[in-house]
Amino acid sequence: MSKEHDAGMSLIVRTVARLTVGFILLYGIYIFSHGHLSPGGGFAGGVIIALAFINIMLAYGKDMALAKLPRPVLSFFENLGALLFLSIALLGFTGGYFFLNFIGKGEPYRLFSAGIIPLCNLAIGLKVGAGVFAIFIAFVLLRAGRGSKL
Amino acid sequence: MLELNILLVFIIIAALIAIEAKDLLSSVVAVGAAGLGLCMTFIVLKAPDVAITQLVVETLSLIILIRATLRMDLPFSTSGRWLLNSTIVAFFIGMFMFVVSKSLSELPPFGYPIMRVASTYLREGFIQTGAANMVSAIVLDYRALDTLCEATALFTAVMGVLAIVRRIGKKKSFQAAGESDE
Repeated sequence: MSKEHDAGMSLIVRTVARLTVGFILLYGIYIFSHGHLSPGGGFAGGVIIALAFINIMLAYGKDMALAKLPRPVLSFFENLGALLFLSIALLGFTGGYFFLNFIGKGEPYRLFSAGIIPLCNLAIGLKVGAGVFAIFIAFVLLRAGRGSKL
Repeated sequence: MLELNILLVFIIIAALIAIEAKDLLSSVVAVGAAGLGLCMTFIVLKAPDVAITQLVVETLSLIILIRATLRMDLPFSTSGRWLLNSTIVAFFIGMFMFVVSKSLSELPPFGYPIMRVASTYLREGFIQTGAANMVSAIVLDYRALDTLCEATALFTAVMGVLAIVRRIGKKKSFQAAGESDE
């Protein structure tokens, strides 16, 4: 964890990270989109998505990761997740009460079933992924040098 | 229950190593081993949702601990009033053990809940929500307000971290002192 690691790691690490980061991202999306069918859910899927970007950051350095996912985009996804979750909850008032499952339940064991639960998982996944990655960036920038802007 | 006991002993040993290790990196790795043992315990207890969450959060916290805090100068204070501190710690551990032993003896046996809520969820949850994963059905339908508060807590945590480590708005003298440290 010396100073040169701020710019990234060796060629082997970079190659493996480049080959696997897409699969990690895909696995995170699978985890939160199938949260109502199989174990997992929005929180775990969001953290796995954040770990994919953290992988990029560890292998290629913080400039590359911030180029892939700039901070305004990060803030946008975080706020989008929070507002989506809240608006799903508020839309329940169209049928009567907070967090009413106002979409039809559909056919069980299908991807599009269980009403609002997949949408809530999507919102939490976006929010947790962006938020956790923002926390990691903040800690790394705090360590990497006090001259860097945040 | 044998594998559960083995895992618990493993977690305790890893935690002791984490406390006693002189090297900070060894200590962090031992904390990760304890978290892995906890994850396997959840699998043995047939809670895959919690196990997945525990595994990813453990990985994330390990990365954050190694990458972000290992090289910082953390103050260690081991000197001081050794006898008084040990006495106070022993007293509070004894009191905690007394209360726990009193309260745990009142609990129903493992796997038999007192209230009927859990069995009602298990019986009617699938029909009422249509979600095959009962944990998701409870977290996002029956107890969705809890989840909203949890999301708010995470949002507050992100805002707090960004507010503490931000650079804009700090005092000039503080910044100059920080830069001369480098």
